[in-house]
Amino acid sequence: MAGRVNFYSDLVTDIESPADEDGVHDSFTQLIEEQCHDLHDDFQPDFHDDFHDAIEMTSLDPEEESRDDIMHLEGPAYHRSDSEVPQQTDHLIGDRWSSDTLKVLSSMPSRTIGRSRGAIISQYYNRTMQLRRSRQSRPSIQHFPRSARPSIRGYRVETDGANFEEEEDNKRERLVNNLQNLSANDRVRMLRAMPLSLAEKKELRMLVLNKAEHSLSQSQIPCCSQLKYYIIIAVRHGWYGWMSFLSSLQLWQTALKCVGGRFGTGVLSYFIFLRTLLFFNVFLFLVTGLFLVVPQAVLTDPDQNTSVRSTWGLEVLTGAGYFSESLLYYGYYSNHTLQRKRSCYESMSPCGSGLSYNMPLFYFFTIGAVFFVTCIILVYSMSKSFGQSFCIDKSKGLLAIKVFSSWDFKVSKKSSVRLQRANIGTQLKELVAEVNRQELKSPVLQRLWRLFVHMLAWLMCLGSTVGCMLAVYYFSEHMHNKDVKIRSGSLSNTSSSDSLLLKEASLLAVPIVVSSINLLLPGFFNAVAWMEEYDSPSVLNYVSISRNLLLKASVLGVLCYHWLGRVASKPERLGLQCWESFVGQELYRFLVMDFIFMLLDTFFGEFLWRLFSQKALKRKRKPVFDIARNVLELIYGQTLAWLGVLFSPLLPVVQIIKLLFLFYMKKVSLMMNCQASGKPWRASQMTTIFITLLCFPSFLGAAVCVTYTMWTMKPSDGCGPFRGLRTMFQAGKRWVQQLAEVNPKLSWLVSAHTYLVENPFFLFLCAGIFLIVIYFHSQVVDGQRKIIELLQEQIENEGEDKKFLITRLQDIHERKRVVSPRRVRGASEVQNH
Amino acid sequence: MGNKQTIFTDEQLDAYQDCTFFTRKEILRLHGRYHELAPHLVPMDYTNDPDVKVPLALIVNMPELKENPFRNRIVESFSEDGQGNLSFNDFVDMFSVLSEMAPRELKAIYAFKIYDFNVDNYICKEDLEKTLNKLTKEELTPEEVNLVCEKAIEEADLDGDSKLSFADFENMISRAPDFLSTFHIRI
Repeated sequence: MAGRVNFYSDLVTDIESPADEDGVHDSFTQLIEEQCHDLHDDFQPDFHDDFHDAIEMTSLDPEEESRDDIMHLEGPAYHRSDSEVPQQTDHLIGDRWSSDTLKVLSSMPSRTIGRSRGAIISQYYNRTMQLRRSRQSRPSIQHFPRSARPSIRGYRVETDGANFEEEEDNKRERLVNNLQNLSANDRVRMLRAMPLSLAEKKELRMLVLNKAEHSLSQSQIPCCSQLKYYIIIAVRHGWYGWMSFLSSLQLWQTALKCVGGRFGTGVLSYFIFLRTLLFFNVFLFLVTGLFLVVPQAVLTDPDQNTSVRSTWGLEVLTGAGYFSESLLYYGYYSNHTLQRKRSCYESMSPCGSGLSYNMPLFYFFTIGAVFFVTCIILVYSMSKSFGQSFCIDKSKGLLAIKVFSSWDFKVSKKSSVRLQRANIGTQLKELVAEVNRQELKSPVLQRLWRLFVHMLAWLMCLGSTVGCMLAVYYFSEHMHNKDVKIRSGSLSNTSSSDSLLLKEASLLAVPIVVSSINLLLPGFFNAVAWMEEYDSPSVLNYVSISRNLLLKASVLGVLCYHWLGRVASKPERLGLQCWESFVGQELYRFLVMDFIFMLLDTFFGEFLWRLFSQKALKRKRKPVFDIARNVLELIYGQTLAWLGVLFSPLLPVVQIIKLLFLFYMKKVSLMMNCQASGKPWRASQMTTIFITLLCFPSFLGAAVCVTYTMWTMKPSDGCGPFRGLRTMFQAGKRWVQQLAEVNPKLSWLVSAHTYLVENPFFLFLCAGIFLIVIYFHSQVVDGQRKIIELLQEQIENEGEDKKFLITRLQDIHERKRVVSPRRVRGASEVQNH
Repeated sequence: MGNKQTIFTDEQLDAYQDCTFFTRKEILRLHGRYHELAPHLVPMDYTNDPDVKVPLALIVNMPELKENPFRNRIVESFSEDGQGNLSFNDFVDMFSVLSEMAPRELKAIYAFKIYDFNVDNYICKEDLEKTLNKLTKEELTPEEVNLVCEKAIEEADLDGDSKLSFADFENMISRAPDFLSTFHIRI
């Protein structure tokens, strides 16, 4: 806290502050002592240990005055006199500063923030005040305390300086008061965020609680308020219990710690992403299981015909055969209102009593709800992640940031620590070289050559992507036609088990082709990127991610066209009763094949490669875990799962099993075969990018596909909950109409449905409004960016002001000294005797 | 959950839950870890708040801290006497600040304390040099170290006194997106 500063008479700086600040002044005194001893032999510095005594400027102690001559702020080792431009800074540093100036400087408010307990309590008092005001009403500008140093948060310590000890107790009282008046959540948040020691926080908390209880027992509150208080306490206990329970469910905590300790944050982010996807799928499974699978399994349907095949073929791989008439697929679900067992299933009319469950309606709404909630969760986590990791002004301060935030505290294995050291050293060297290097323009020829190489690489990648797309398109068409021919042609060989097996195996052909493309082509892209030259490793990362993404997106696009455009539009060509079940089976196959190929990739790519490179090539370095590629594989798998939920409500289960297996497999392979990467990986940025990719191409694509299917495709007549309707969407409309029939008052619902939900104009309007809101917000962000720049400037100006004041202070002090030289000589003579 | 534990009273556990980012289970687990460090020193029964401090040398042997170049500074910054002897409160505090849920500001305050080797409330050039040496050990030559320190101070110092005060440090950290994820120890 700033003391009362009177430049002309006593300079009393109240430094009777908590123990922390002693440390500040101790080191100052040491610094000054060093310089005294080093540079000044003439006088005997009879140095006072305690700077706490009030030292008056006019008393002119001879030692003080003599010390003034040679005192420097910085240690002797640090010289800025050889810097380029003689600026204000040099003038300031090279100046001779009196001990008083030093004391003033050291007790400036900005220098004690976060350090002394008094300052912290003050700061948090202000914050709780702000919080209370903001909870009650909007704060006005006048409420911001005037401080000599404007800061972005606007509530630094006030500059009035009465007696310090009293102030601290007072402030503490007021802080406790404020805390008590906050809501419980706010209070806990404030307490946790305070940088005080835990013992002090517990004390504060106890004071607050005692006060609350005290006021409660003393006041004449009616009993219902007390009851409310007790209820709140009970709810909080319950909430803590729930949080404990949730955290005890923390999946794979030890495994993640192990991986993080050995490989660092980058590889850890892959496993955390995997865990996030697992939770998404668990949520999907819970909702569809609860609302679709369980009712269908438990409640009976009058006309359920189950044709179970006795022989088992490649069911687990193809998902066909035994599984095709099971709960796994869309076709099994009934289109009636399900009733309880044995209660009036003879009559077709719905019974009044008992549980009735309108399956089509629930199917439609469950799928819609699942997508809607997933969308909200994704957008929320994406925006939160964005806010944390992307900063507005990234051009300055890279070196300092690198020094202070690049050491990964999680890494605990010795060899990884050594590797990390080497990494950071290399990055720092590069940064310094970059900063120092003059903007040398590489010769035009070299730049052209690099451009040419880049274009060539892109051409190769895009060409191979287009090639694969065409390959998948024609191959799927070929298989489709073959199937058609088989169905329309020879139906006599159906009994032969060999050809049956072959037929089932041929179902796996397209998935195998697609999965092998997904496996091999990214490797090819990596090889192509190897020959290119990039400015920085992060650009390389982005480029390889975008190429990979393009490949996967285009292949998925072709497949969607194949399913929806070819199979679904003319299902009778394939003799399909139920095209939705078929599409569900296809997706199941793709998911399973994807998993098998990932297994193969891990085995060959990591295990065998390590053996090969160590035994045959005799290299010491193990392969490195390719984070980007693996994450994109996960995103691809999740897209398939989202596409398939409509056609196969139990597909999330398959995905869950796959992810569980994958986690353990990848972890084991990682520990055995891989080593930490030598390249820098900006974990938080990349995590944001991955969540964005999960939301935008992946989820959005799946949602668009599903919406298109529900809106325009005709459901099959023979199976499923939507048989007989024109589109799946009609289920909702039919229900609304039924409601209106039963209850004529609800006829407005029907018209609302027709004019709002089905009318595209209304949807355009909604979309337009959303776009306007987004534009608005982006303008606000731009405005805030400008304000930040202004504030930065202001801070720099304040710094200049401070320097100016200090030099003036010093000048005045000097002038006063010059005025009375005689006293100095007289006093020094006295001293020397 | 559900076992009757006699290490802490319920009230104590509530206080810990309110003041740190840990849940009951985690606090009990932390107590187990603390006890492991010095089984003869640390009592199993904390209901009457014993005043026990585990010395620095034992704490820096924890596997999470053993290979960390800043381990001494970390422990010293959280100790009350500045020498690195942690009571259980300080121990919990340390891991709470280093946990995932601690906000950026809180982490920045303690990071500043950690990097401030001479405890003078500034990160001066010597502090930076020590930090760099611990970060990179033998990777950089002394000239490079000097250059990096100067450049870093130049970049981050806003008020021009060629040292980093807490405000400068916080301003710089707010532009470092990775800080939250790197300044994190899992326990």
